[in-house]
Amino acid sequence: RDSQQAETECLSRWKKWRRTSSKSLKKALSEVKGLSSHLVLWQHDIRSIEGKFGTGIQSYFSFLRFLVLLNFIIFILMFSFVTLPTIISKNGLFNSTAASTSPKNIENVCTIYKPNGNKGLVYFYTYLKDLLSGTGFLEVTILFYGYYSTDALWINIMRYNFPLAYLLATFAYLALSFLWIIKRSVEGFKHNLVHDADPFQSYCNKVFAGWDFCITDPNAARLKHRSLQYELQTDLQEEKLKQKIAERRMGEKLRIYSLRIFINIIVIAILSGCFYSIYRVTVFSQENSNVSIRNYARTDLTNLLVQYLPSMVITLANFIGPLIFAFLIRFEDYTPAFEIKLTLLRCVFVRLASIGVLMFSLWSQISGCGSDKCKPCGYNYKSYPCWESDVGQEMYKLMIFDFIVILAVALFADFPRKLLVTHCSCKLVQWFGHKEFEISDNVLEIIYGQTICWIGTFFSPLLPAIATIKYFIIFYVKKIVLIHTRKPAARPIRASSSNFFFLVVLLIGLLLAFIPLGFSIARIPSSKACGPFRNFNTSWEVIPDTVLEFPTGLQQFLFGIASEAFAVPFFVI
Amino acid sequence: AYKRFSELLPKEERENACSARVPKSQILTLPELRANPFQDRICHVFSTSDTGDDSMSFEDFLDMLSVFSDSATSDIKSHYAFRIFDFDNDGTLDRKDLEQLVNCLTGQGEESRLSSAEMEQLIQNILEESDIDKDGTINLAEFQHVVSRSPDFARSGVSRG
Repeated sequence: RDSQQAETECLSRWKKWRRTSSKSLKKALSEVKGLSSHLVLWQHDIRSIEGKFGTGIQSYFSFLRFLVLLNFIIFILMFSFVTLPTIISKNGLFNSTAASTSPKNIENVCTIYKPNGNKGLVYFYTYLKDLLSGTGFLEVTILFYGYYSTDALWINIMRYNFPLAYLLATFAYLALSFLWIIKRSVEGFKHNLVHDADPFQSYCNKVFAGWDFCITDPNAARLKHRSLQYELQTDLQEEKLKQKIAERRMGEKLRIYSLRIFINIIVIAILSGCFYSIYRVTVFSQENSNVSIRNYARTDLTNLLVQYLPSMVITLANFIGPLIFAFLIRFEDYTPAFEIKLTLLRCVFVRLASIGVLMFSLWSQISGCGSDKCKPCGYNYKSYPCWESDVGQEMYKLMIFDFIVILAVALFADFPRKLLVTHCSCKLVQWFGHKEFEISDNVLEIIYGQTICWIGTFFSPLLPAIATIKYFIIFYVKKIVLIHTRKPAARPIRASSSNFFFLVVLLIGLLLAFIPLGFSIARIPSSKACGPFRNFNTSWEVIPDTVLEFPTGLQQFLFGIASEAFAVPFFVI
Repeated sequence: AYKRFSELLPKEERENACSARVPKSQILTLPELRANPFQDRICHVFSTSDTGDDSMSFEDFLDMLSVFSDSATSDIKSHYAFRIFDFDNDGTLDRKDLEQLVNCLTGQGEESRLSSAEMEQLIQNILEESDIDKDGTINLAEFQHVVSRSPDFARSGVSRG
C-alpha cells in the first residue's frame, strides 16, 4: 500500500481526476443495480431462500418466477390480439362491427352446434361443476375457442383479419417462448462449459476455491460445509467405482449387461402399460360423459368423476413411475451420478409422453370415422360439433386437476407429516422422518403444467392467465411448505447445472407441444360450427389464402423464401 | 471502511482509531469473518502485530478489505490465499497443511470429517493435479498456476462491502 500511495503523488492532475470520476461512477452504478433489484419480482424472497436452503432449491424458485413471467407475457399477447378485438366488436365500442359469414359449400349438418348455456333455473352446484369441467356456462365464454366465431372485424374503417390474427398470435407465443428459453439456457450453457472445462483439476478447484467468502450467515455456512463434504465424498466414491468397473472381468460384464437389458425391458413394459391405460381411460371418459347430450340418468358427481378420469390416471402414473424407477435402478449398478441422470430421464419421459398419449387418444376419437360418421365434414361431427372447444376443455381440466393435486399434497400430506414427526415419538414415524425437498420432482411437475398450457392456449386463449395465477399461488404455497416442514436436503445439487437441465427439459416440453398443435392446425379439419376458421378446410389454410391476396411481386418473394434453396441455409444460420 | 473499523473499538479509544489496534476477538465479530472457517488464518496473515497476538491496526484492516474486494488482481488474491492455507507458515503446502485445509472446509465436528482413507485418496489426487516437480509439496508458483486455471476462484474470493 505504501507503494500505491507514492504512486498517487506522482500522477498528474488529469489522471487523478479520471481516477476519482471512475470510482464515483462505479459507486453510482452499483447503487442503481441495488435499487433495480428491488423492482424484480420476489427478489427478497428468493435471496432469503438461497441463504437458508442453498442454491439448488433457489434455482427451483427462480425457475418458477421465470414461468410466471412467461405465462403473463403470453397472456398479454393472446389477450391483445385475440380477445380484446372480439370484446370490442361484440360490444360495439369504437364504432366497430363484426361479420360472421356462414360457411359456403358445406352441408348444413356440420354447422349445428348448440352448447348448453344453462338457461333457466339451475342449481348452484351446477355452476361449480361447470367451473371444474369447463362445460355449461363456461363453454360459451371467451375462455374457449368456440366463442370466437367472427371472421372479420371493422374498427372505424380498418379491417382486422381475425382468423389470421388468431393463428399468428399462436405462432408468436410459441416463437417467443422458444427464443426466451434458448436465451436463458445459453447463459447457463456457457457457465456449464466453464465448469466442466477442466476435468484434470476438479479436486484442486474444489479444495482451493471451494469456500464462498460471501457467506455471512452461520446456517448458510453449515450448508456449505455439508455440500463441500458431500461433493468431495461423492467424487472420491465415483473414482473408486470407476476403478472397480475398469477391473471387471468378462463374465461379470456379461452378467451386468444382460441384467440391464432385462430391466430396460421391464421399464418399457411398464411405460406401455401406463400409456395404454391412459388411452383406454380417455376413450371411456369421452364416450361416457358426452355433455352435449343431457343425460339425467347419471348423477352429476359421477359425471364429474368420469370427466376427470384421464387426469387422475395421468397423475397416478406420474406418481408411481418415479418410485418404480428409483427402485429398479439400484440393480443396474451404475455410478451414482449416472443413476440420477437416468432416473430423471425416465421420469421426464413418462410425464411428457402421457400428455402425448392423451392428445393421440383425443384425436382418434375426433377423427374416428367408424361407420361413416365423418363423411360430410371430415371429423366426427355428431359427438364433436366444436372439437377445438372439447380439446380446450380437456386441457383446462388437466390444469385445474394439477393445481388441486399440488395444493392437496401440500395441505394433506406435508403438514400432517410434520405434525406427526414432531409430536409423535414412536419409532416407525421417526424412521419415516421429515420429507426432503425433492427438486427434480417439483420441477417436472411445473414443466408438465407448462406443457399443458402451451398446447391448450390455441384452444383456450385465456389459459395462460389461469397458468399465471396458478404458478403465482404455487410459489407461495411451496415457500410456506419449505420453510415449515422441510429439512435441507442431504444431497446438495450444484445450481448452474440444474438450471441448464431444467431449461433443457422445458425446451423438450415446448418442442413436444409443437407436435399436437401442428397436427391440429394443419391436418385435422377445423370445425365448421364454431371458431374463426369455419370457412377454411384446416386452420393452416388462412395463411396461403392471405398470401394469395398479396400483390404478385410480394407473393413471388414469399414463395422464394419458402423454397428450400433459401430456407435451409437460413435456418442453419 | 473507517467507520466499520472504529465500530469495532471500545468507545474510549474511538478518537484514536488511526493508531489503535483491535484485538483478534473483536475482528472475528465482523460478518464476513464470522462464518468463515479460515478466520484465524486470515487474522494471522494480515496482522502486523509484533507481539503475535494477531491484533490488527487500521492499515491491516484496509489491507484485508482491499485483498477481498473485486478490484484486487488474481495474483494478489492467490498470493494471500497461499499464505492463508499455509497453516505451519513454512512457505509450502505439504500434506499436513492440505489435511488441515480439507478439515476446515468440511466443517467442525467429528461426523463432518472425511475418513482417513478418503483423506489419503483426496490428498493424493490434489498432489497429482498440482504438484509439478513431484516433491510432495505445493509451492507458491505451483499454487498460482493451479488457481489461475480454476474458474471458481475469482468469484469465491470476493466479499461485498
